[in-house]
Amino acid sequence: MTNTLCRMLALAAALVVGGCAMGPTRDDPFEPFNRAMYAVHEPIDTHVVRPFIEGYTKVVPSPVRTAISNFFNNIDDLFSAINDGLQGKPDKFGNDLGRVVINSGVGLGGLIDIASQVGVERGNEDFGQTFGVWGFGQGPYLFIPLFGPTTVRDGSGWIVRLYWGPTGYIPDVRWRNSIYGLAAIDQRYQAQDAVSFVNDAALDRYAFIRRAYLQRRLYLLYDGKPPPQKEEQ
Amino acid sequence: MMQMIRRLSTALLLATALFATAAHAQQAPDALVKSVSQDVLDTARSDPKVQAGDAARIREVVEAKLAPHFDFTHMTMLAMGRNWQKASPAQQAELTTQFKTLLVHTYAGALSKYRDEKIEYKPLAPNPSATDVTVKTQVIKSGGGAPVPIDYSLAKTADGWKAYDIIVAGVSLVTNYRDEFNEQIRNGGVDGLIKTLKAKNG
Repeated sequence: MTNTLCRMLALAAALVVGGCAMGPTRDDPFEPFNRAMYAVHEPIDTHVVRPFIEGYTKVVPSPVRTAISNFFNNIDDLFSAINDGLQGKPDKFGNDLGRVVINSGVGLGGLIDIASQVGVERGNEDFGQTFGVWGFGQGPYLFIPLFGPTTVRDGSGWIVRLYWGPTGYIPDVRWRNSIYGLAAIDQRYQAQDAVSFVNDAALDRYAFIRRAYLQRRLYLLYDGKPPPQKEEQ
Repeated sequence: MMQMIRRLSTALLLATALFATAAHAQQAPDALVKSVSQDVLDTARSDPKVQAGDAARIREVVEAKLAPHFDFTHMTMLAMGRNWQKASPAQQAELTTQFKTLLVHTYAGALSKYRDEKIEYKPLAPNPSATDVTVKTQVIKSGGGAPVPIDYSLAKTADGWKAYDIIVAGVSLVTNYRDEFNEQIRNGGVDGLIKTLKAKNG
């Protein structure tokens, strides 16, 4: 427990420092570094990861892929409920917990997303958004090879999730790593269409991904009703 | 007598045609979004060339059925922001043409991946005095999975309602391009942006 508390304090300190290091209008103070990271990421993604995901799409039948996505989304929904609680949103908490109960039970351990079929929509909360609700700034934007776009705040949320996620409690190392691997494949699989959209649409893929990511996170932070954005200087 | 009847029927035909055009122009924005998207998707489903992935044919469909309902000048102005004033009328026209081509190509690319997703349309509360609305839709994937919200921003013009932005899962296309345009202009001026757009479309 003390260990956990220390981790949280260290994290809070990192968030505060990160938040202060940022200028008021610049989301991406480390742009040259991030662009270098993106230059590492893109060829690996295009020549290794993308063909691999295409293979996964061909080999694994569609209902199985959907069941895998649903399984991991169900775990995300559980964390969404936890974060609803941390943000003091009782309605969303009930909604997301209801989803987990329905899908874990009737939906066979999360393999079938019954809740969406009956119109209970996903809450999409996470630790990064909770830190935002608690008043931490988003901090500098970061691009991490193979992981993708994030910010100091969202990345910290992701680390918290990794520490406390249920997969970490699986004692068998091979099983645990296999599940982490499958989760990573599923994440990338769910992003496949978005990646080809960026290739079609973007003049500068790095900048396009950055703005799309930051817009999406702002939208989620404000539960779908972000304040109107002023034009950048 | 015959002549009069003929003249009358011509007048009637003309009136019907005029009325039809006016009705289309006056169609409520939510009904417009629904009829235009359904038209595009029905064509995508039934056209054998589209089904075979013929990129030129998919672009033709988008150009003919979707593009007339977008205000590309308005979109280009918004994506340019304060830089719009720096561009000459000729540059503004060229930017609009190139941006339109890029958007049509991008939409055609997305349409070619369309399978049998269903679209849910959320009706707007009727408000006759509104001049700027957001029509909300949701794409439901066939195998389950999370629905993707897609919103359309439309403005009322003399020529009926015209879309000027698409917001996919909270990501506004126009806002995304504003960053891109800004950066291109900072590096190479308005002509630099035009050159980049042309290279992308070529």
